[in-house]
Amino acid sequence: TVTRRLCILKGIYPHEPKHKKKVNKGSTAPRTFYLLKDIKFLLHEPIVNKFREYKVFVRKLRKAYGKSEWSTVDRLKDNKPSYKLDHIVKERYPTFVDALRDLDDALSMCFLFSTFPRTGKCHVQTIQLCRRLTVEFLNYVIASRSLRKVFLSIKGIYYQAEVLGQPVTWITPYTFAHDHPTDVDYRVMATFTEFYTTLLGFVNFRLYQSLNLLYPPKIDGQTDVELKPSEGKEYAMDSESYLEKLSALSASLARVVAPTHEDEAEMDEFPVEGETAEQMDTRKKEEEALEKHKKLFEGLRFFLNREVPREPLAFIIRCFGGQVSWDKSLCIGATYDVSDPSITHQIVDRPQVERQVVGRYYLQPQWVFDSVNAKLCLPVADYFPGVLLPPHLSPFVTEQEGDYVPPEKLKLLAMQRGENPEEESEEEDEEEEEEEDDNDKEEEEDESEKEEEMKLKKMEEQKTQSKKALPVKVTAGKLRLEDKQRLEQEQQSEEKRLAIMMMKKREKYLYKKIMFGKKRKVREANKLAAKRKAHDTALREERKKSKKARRA
Amino acid sequence: LLTPPGTQGCVCLTRCPLLSPHPPLPSAPLQDIRNTVGNIPMEWYQDFPHVGYDLEGKRIYKPIRNKDELDMFLEKMENPDYWRTVQDKMTGADIKLTDEQVDLVHRLQKGQFGDVHFNPYEPAVDFFTHEVMIHPVTNRPADKRSFIPSLIEKEKVSKLVHAIKMGWIKPRKPKDDTPTYYDLWAHEDPNSILGRHKMHVPAPKMKLPGHEESYNPPPEYLLSEEEKLAWEQQEPAERKLPVVPQQYRCLRAVPAYARFIHERFERCLDLYLCPRQRKMRVNVDPEDLIPKLPKPRDLQPFPTTQALVYRGHTSLVRCLSISPSGQWLVSGSDDGTVRFWEVCTARCMKTLTVGGVVKSVAWNPNPTVCLVAVCVEQSVLLVNPCLGDKLLYGATDQLLESYAAPEEERVQPVQWVTATVEEHSKGVRLLVQHSKAVKQVTWHGKGDYFASVVSDNSNMQVLIHQTSKRWSQNPFRKSKGLVQCVLFHPIRPYFFVATQRYVRVYNLLKQELTKKLMTNCKWVSSMAIHPGGDNIICGSYDSKLAWFDLDLSTRPYQLLRHHKRALRSVAFHRHYPLFASGSDDGTVIVCHGMVYNDLLQNPLLVPVKVLKGHVMTLDLGVLDVLFHPTQPWVFSSGADGTVRLYT
Repeated sequence: TVTRRLCILKGIYPHEPKHKKKVNKGSTAPRTFYLLKDIKFLLHEPIVNKFREYKVFVRKLRKAYGKSEWSTVDRLKDNKPSYKLDHIVKERYPTFVDALRDLDDALSMCFLFSTFPRTGKCHVQTIQLCRRLTVEFLNYVIASRSLRKVFLSIKGIYYQAEVLGQPVTWITPYTFAHDHPTDVDYRVMATFTEFYTTLLGFVNFRLYQSLNLLYPPKIDGQTDVELKPSEGKEYAMDSESYLEKLSALSASLARVVAPTHEDEAEMDEFPVEGETAEQMDTRKKEEEALEKHKKLFEGLRFFLNREVPREPLAFIIRCFGGQVSWDKSLCIGATYDVSDPSITHQIVDRPQVERQVVGRYYLQPQWVFDSVNAKLCLPVADYFPGVLLPPHLSPFVTEQEGDYVPPEKLKLLAMQRGENPEEESEEEDEEEEEEEDDNDKEEEEDESEKEEEMKLKKMEEQKTQSKKALPVKVTAGKLRLEDKQRLEQEQQSEEKRLAIMMMKKREKYLYKKIMFGKKRKVREANKLAAKRKAHDTALREERKKSKKARRA
Repeated sequence: LLTPPGTQGCVCLTRCPLLSPHPPLPSAPLQDIRNTVGNIPMEWYQDFPHVGYDLEGKRIYKPIRNKDELDMFLEKMENPDYWRTVQDKMTGADIKLTDEQVDLVHRLQKGQFGDVHFNPYEPAVDFFTHEVMIHPVTNRPADKRSFIPSLIEKEKVSKLVHAIKMGWIKPRKPKDDTPTYYDLWAHEDPNSILGRHKMHVPAPKMKLPGHEESYNPPPEYLLSEEEKLAWEQQEPAERKLPVVPQQYRCLRAVPAYARFIHERFERCLDLYLCPRQRKMRVNVDPEDLIPKLPKPRDLQPFPTTQALVYRGHTSLVRCLSISPSGQWLVSGSDDGTVRFWEVCTARCMKTLTVGGVVKSVAWNPNPTVCLVAVCVEQSVLLVNPCLGDKLLYGATDQLLESYAAPEEERVQPVQWVTATVEEHSKGVRLLVQHSKAVKQVTWHGKGDYFASVVSDNSNMQVLIHQTSKRWSQNPFRKSKGLVQCVLFHPIRPYFFVATQRYVRVYNLLKQELTKKLMTNCKWVSSMAIHPGGDNIICGSYDSKLAWFDLDLSTRPYQLLRHHKRALRSVAFHRHYPLFASGSDDGTVIVCHGMVYNDLLQNPLLVPVKVLKGHVMTLDLGVLDVLFHPTQPWVFSSGADGTVRLYT
């Protein structure tokens, strides 16, 4: 287990040998192989000695307990060996950017551990540390406004932030008690977490430093004062409530240097060689879009009802410049009340709202997520309480050519381009309905025409019979149209087939594999499209039926 | 408990607090009936008539209770003091509580002191004053031990000192007051990026979720019932979607994900247990893989369309041959007939019934001789078809008749028999009777010699016959395997023998083996030689066609796997750079096979046309292919009983 811990901490992973048989003494049984170099590298690690010391310490302690030598126990506990992982972090990530690139797993793990109950499974200190670090990180994201994408999946909530140019993605579980599985080795996870907390702490420090924020974070003085009276005196000790206040995510953080209302230090334009004006323009536009995205909720005041998940929503809204509050009894850090007339949006997740206040939108939480992903405030009509919500799409999917694109995404893209597809679609719907009506009429007309034709045919038959024509018939020769294009295509395809016949075996195999993959992709896309079409027609028919029923 | 001051001097033997103040006993003569049993549970006396013993040791009897329920009730109703009457457990007597006693009970129930006069808030009296006195409280002199150092302590201290000296006890570590977190990357040293980091393969990031993982996905991503069932039956490793997409109508309804911890744990396992490897993803445009070949259009002429169908045979047409002039075609079939066709009109000129399966036919390549060799069962018939120029076939007959038997009979492996009159009228001139069934016959280029292959396992498999001398010989002393087919070199005195896996080349003049070609096939079916004589193609039953360049190597220059099923025959064109192969899949593939005179340039092989037409019968397709001697036309005979001409 010491080796396992070392491997985890030092990031040593097995390797696949080039010649498996040669290495495995002729057998091909699956085994894990480490590089000898790596294992030697582990041996030089000073932390190995620390592990040994700790083992000895545990042995001594057990002995002292057994003999009930309490003074010895105290003395031993005073001298409990401890170790630090700083040098390992530095060694594994020589530059800060390396550390940022590897932050995904660290964040997800810390978020998971911070939701664990304080009993069993792992040390309470670890859980508290994880909670602290994650809250600090969230506060950094808020302060730097670097959140980009959010996604409500059935597993949990995915977030993607762009920290110093690196995309960092993490997932948090929904806030429910965990059903702890029995077939999971928590010691492995604890070892990983041990490393990840160290890493995250250093990363947080550096990130806070980069924004001139104090670390450990301090709530901004003014807001602190504002917060105090509202929560009452008998809440808790200051030291205890501090983390909770921080995790309420409602207050901005204190800076080392007071913010001097930076005028968004404008980027100097450097004409880069080889870069055309167009590229410059696109870059500029992208930057502008980014700035706009960062200020998505600026000026809006949100109120969260108690049934919506407070932390994720507060985090997201604050990340995009909105102000947010909640019921005072729900959590510390509420800044304004429900009755505040300046509230613009109230996030509600119940079928209907009694006693609505005029002057604010009542919306379901999905609106916040969808708006963030769409980079614009979506029309609110689809998200009123009790309304059937539009599908929630993943922002992480970028459709390539030939992939299936759900129609909602198309609509969204059109909206981002500045068109207004809503009206069009409605018009289309109406038109369609009209068309359908027309079709009905046409069908009727068709039927009448058919009847006439039948009559004509009968008359002709009668005529021919009366004439009793000769059995020999001269049929008019059909003009065979030679489609030149088709012929050419056929020829080309035949040429291709013949050329494929001449391919080498390996290339042919590869070619077939590629073509198979392509075909499968097309098939899947077609399947999805067909499914959607069937669903839509079923829906429309249902709607039609209900409409007819209403008319009748 | 405090005894009320009013009842002082009373000795309490019983410990019942209520009755401790001894009540004035109701009956004077029984003076002191105090019970002496002590503090025991009185239930022990339940079954006895007495409840204990008095001071003199006599029994105290329980009072006689003769009241029934009704009496009890009446007493309860009538007796005004009933509520203050209690039973003394120790004596069993009923006692009426006095007013004082009732008061006491009330006070105790309220949690007050029992004594009415007791004041709990009296001012405290300092017994030991705060003022320091000049005299000690006691006059005892100090002990000696308070003046001398303690031996036990000394022992303990010396033990500790020894332990410290020996290093068993370490001083408490000074508190480490460096902050836990600091700017670790303050001095990023480019030298610290070692080879390790360059070699390091970063773990791939976890896959980001797609639309199907949303809590409210578009309806097309939801699985139908069958798909769900299929998903459940799949192995977890095989599943394309890790979770079944589900739709919840609002965020409130979304439950916790049960496998969250599992997934994190699996990720941890992946991170430290999975071997990592950089894999180059093949990023090739599939169009680039297709070799650039000259366009078939530029390689014309070659047969492209089916022109004629020769119908007449009722069974599979096994073999084809064409006259050197290209006017007549002969075909042998399983229905026991040999038919002669005119090529241009598809007219059957003549039908020869031979009464057996015709395995092979071969037209004499000599244009001055009009003779066809036909393999029927154990004999080879030499047939004069009597077609074409009368002079020509008359000359052939004369040539055959001019044979004069030699003086001395030589021992021959076969028998040469002249045809009977009846047979002669049909056109058969000579019969060469073998001991076993003959499966192939082929002419030498000059038209005098021909070779036949007997399906046998001995050294008698291949025989070479001379028509003019009616003489046969067996060229081989030893059998080298099952011979499939034989071939004469068109120009040089070479003889090709194809066994199952090898093609052997013999020099007929030197009478020795010159080459042995490895075909890389499982079972050679047919063989054809380029008119130039330097290239050979071999068709095999494992659907391969091997092209040999005799000057290059004994291994195939190229193995073509064009056909999907076994190849039955291959053929070269005599003038055009074309070769064709017919296969069981019913197709004839015509390829352009250019051989350059320049020895440095390798032959160019390009498939130019796939010809279809034959109907699959009995799981067989094309049985024989043959080129027209002068035109770029190809004949094919099939299992459907037809011969087809493609031009």
